[in-house]
Amino acid sequence: MTKIKQFEIEQVKTAWCPGCGNFMILKALQQALKELSLKPQQVVIVSGIGQAAKTPHYLNVNMFNGLHGRALPPATAIKACNPELTVIAEGGDGDMYGEGGNHFLHTIRRNPNITHLVHNNMVYGLTKGQASPTSEFGFKTPVQTDGVISEPVNPLALAISMGASFVARVFCGDTKKTADIIKKAIQHSGYALVDIFQPCVTFNKVNTFKWFKEHTYDLEDHDSHDRNQALKRAMEKEKLPLGIFYQNEDKNPFEQQLSVHENKKTPFIMRELNRQKLKELLKSKQS
Amino acid sequence: MFLLPKSICLAYGERSNSIQIRISDHPVQAPVRRIDLLIPLDKDAIAHVSDRLSKSTIIIGDREKFDTDREVVDVSFSNMAKEIGNIIFANTIAVGLLLGLTEGDIKEGKQFLKNYFTLKKKEEFIPDNIRALEKGFQEATRLVKEKHIDPDKFLHMKKSKEIKDDLLINGAEAIGFGAIAGGCNFISSYPMSPSTGVLVFLSQHAHEFDIISEQAEDEISAVNMAIGAWYAGARAMVTTSGGGLALMTEGISLAGMVESPMVIHLAQRPGPATGLPTRTEQGDLQLALYAGHGEFPRIILAPGQIEEAYEVTQKAFYLADKYQVPVFILTDQYTMDSYYNVKEFSVPEGKIDRFIIKTDADYQRYSLDTDNGITPRGIPNHGEGLVRADSDEHDENGLITEDMEVRIKMMEKRNSKLNDFKKEAFAPNLLGPKDYRVLCVGWGSTYHVIKEALDKLNIPDAALLHFKQVYPVPEESIKYLRKAKQIISIENNYNGQFAQLLEISTGISIETKILKYNGLPFYSDELAEEINHAISEKGGQK
Ligand SMILES: Cc1ncc(C[n+]2csc(CCOP(=O)(O)OP(=O)(O)O)c2C)c(N)n1
Ligand code: SF4
Ligand SMILES: [Mg+2]
Repeated sequence: MTKIKQFEIEQVKTAWCPGCGNFMILKALQQALKELSLKPQQVVIVSGIGQAAKTPHYLNVNMFNGLHGRALPPATAIKACNPELTVIAEGGDGDMYGEGGNHFLHTIRRNPNITHLVHNNMVYGLTKGQASPTSEFGFKTPVQTDGVISEPVNPLALAISMGASFVARVFCGDTKKTADIIKKAIQHSGYALVDIFQPCVTFNKVNTFKWFKEHTYDLEDHDSHDRNQALKRAMEKEKLPLGIFYQNEDKNPFEQQLSVHENKKTPFIMRELNRQKLKELLKSKQS
Repeated sequence: MFLLPKSICLAYGERSNSIQIRISDHPVQAPVRRIDLLIPLDKDAIAHVSDRLSKSTIIIGDREKFDTDREVVDVSFSNMAKEIGNIIFANTIAVGLLLGLTEGDIKEGKQFLKNYFTLKKKEEFIPDNIRALEKGFQEATRLVKEKHIDPDKFLHMKKSKEIKDDLLINGAEAIGFGAIAGGCNFISSYPMSPSTGVLVFLSQHAHEFDIISEQAEDEISAVNMAIGAWYAGARAMVTTSGGGLALMTEGISLAGMVESPMVIHLAQRPGPATGLPTRTEQGDLQLALYAGHGEFPRIILAPGQIEEAYEVTQKAFYLADKYQVPVFILTDQYTMDSYYNVKEFSVPEGKIDRFIIKTDADYQRYSLDTDNGITPRGIPNHGEGLVRADSDEHDENGLITEDMEVRIKMMEKRNSKLNDFKKEAFAPNLLGPKDYRVLCVGWGSTYHVIKEALDKLNIPDAALLHFKQVYPVPEESIKYLRKAKQIISIENNYNGQFAQLLEISTGISIETKILKYNGLPFYSDELAEEINHAISEKGGQK
């Protein structure tokens, strides 16, 4: 039995504010990895930049902490090169839905077998409190002094409408359920989005712990294989449902469709150049 | 034989597309301005090249189609093509005509068509194309017989058996072959002329050589994917042009920080912005040099010949992997699209050096316990260790830090990685007399054209110094530049970017510059005149 210790770094000093929801997400993720009995060497967390994106620094796993907004492309490539790895892309709402918005769309289209964890605190935490793509209409910040005048993105509805193969939302206040859904997302074969409501105690005084508790409820009596229903539930605004909205196990993941993995004898990254074929191809260019 | 097709893309508003062919009984690898024989197929074609025609240029075409005072030897390409079934066959008829006029072998011509369409899996096009080729060939016989054309003008070419096994390929294919030979197994890119040929080539051979090829949603994704692929253990490259590279710059900086190997093929076209998408320029040297914020080492290679495109691309993967730095391969539309025959390439023997280690449990990706700045590279799940790559400033373990002492050590580590590279750098290539007074300096795609211009001029004390490694500027440069009485820098750009780089690196300023930035490559006859002029003007002085 893998101990939860295995994914913890001893005496880690986090850069997070006391009381930040990120601590709970970290705990839930450690719990999920532990329950899946994965070896740290098998897991790669790819992240961008932001408070959320620092999470892999506090975990005992492989890490690719790249650029702001750019976690999904390397995560897709890492999985494509080595499908044996468990690949998780992790970051904030600004990182994943703003700066990296285009990659979000196209990663859904590709459907690599990776898990996409978005810490959604409806604000830019790291850069001190500007609006994010999920900030509510009217949300006031030092930049949006009259309040946000754009509609927030609805990542779930977007993902479902684009045919994402696993779409869920959780509130980190419920660590157990968060861990459980992260686990299911990792187990899902294909692209899995988990949008995680996370209070930012320092820069978001509107969407607080209390607010999330009052404005969310658990999805029940919902058929997560019914895409139209899922979309409908994702569009609800009064109270925000939590749980697995949609899942589709029939989609073939990106990397499984790559011809390089048809031959499973030698792992892709360990193969040698086929010199004979190169010589033949060169010969075919003789004038 | 040398071939330079103008890329064919009507969407960009091109009216006349052309292909320039130079045939000779000795090897030729550069274009000339002079046109001996023009076969205009569309109405605007003559006007398009009017400034390159001379009294002795022969024009063969549908006479009634052209509003010109010049004599046009009448061959009704349109009618003949329509008889076969489609105006498009005018092209093959013209090839047949050319084959006839140069006393080529029609049997080989037919065989070529068969092979060509079989390879493209378009066998149904073979019969009509063969008829078109034959028609053109017969027309050539008629023109000579009826004395419309004087055969002594350009016929009777000596045939050479020596070139029988030569390869006829273009620059894009040479880069592709070099990548495969260098062990490339991952390419992610976004289409942009003139760089796309490499993406197409590797995609078409992806099955044979176990290559993952992905068309990314944009260049930002492309470069980040490629870095991810290296991290996982692949050998990755991107191919792009100036605008795409501009989008990749943050990713290049990421490669610098996470110490990822990276191979970037940059096929230049004239900018700024969208510029002239299907033309050529050497205008992005400084972009490659400075792309990416912060300070980190890089290597920039610029092949001058098709053989070198193969050679340096192969080497780029080795260098990127060994030194854990981004390596640029700078080419241009001219290199990408032009063909000439080359001797067969050698395929490397033995295993490719991978520079990947199996990690121990206490592995540290950025261990400072190294005497050359290079920490052995591990990949995930290969050994007992964990591999942490970080774009933040990091400690030896790849964890984010603000410790200034660590910062200083990491900066020094990263920026010292190329100290040992000098030993295997590409020295510049000196062609001509060792005791030169005049030194023409070129880099990248201008190799052959400068060489041919100098051969034509036959000035006893003029030489060419050609660079296929433009950065780091090779150490030998100073010695070569100091020896010259007059240095002439020849570049396909406006500012003389390489001359500026040489000045920064060597302190030697180059005053005489021959620059061309109209979107076209140099022509050897035109360049010879300009070099001659530059020498006489300065009297061979600096
Ligand atoms: C290219 C680029 N632009 C801007 C930034 C600055 N920046 C870092 S994180 C961030 C937004 C953080 O918001 P979010 O992704 O929601 O993460 P959070 O801190 O809220 O967890 C910004 C704008 C950057 N690092 N890189
Ligand atoms: S700023 Fe907000 S998101 Fe960032 S650590 Fe503090 S509470 Fe958490
Ligand atoms: Mg945020």
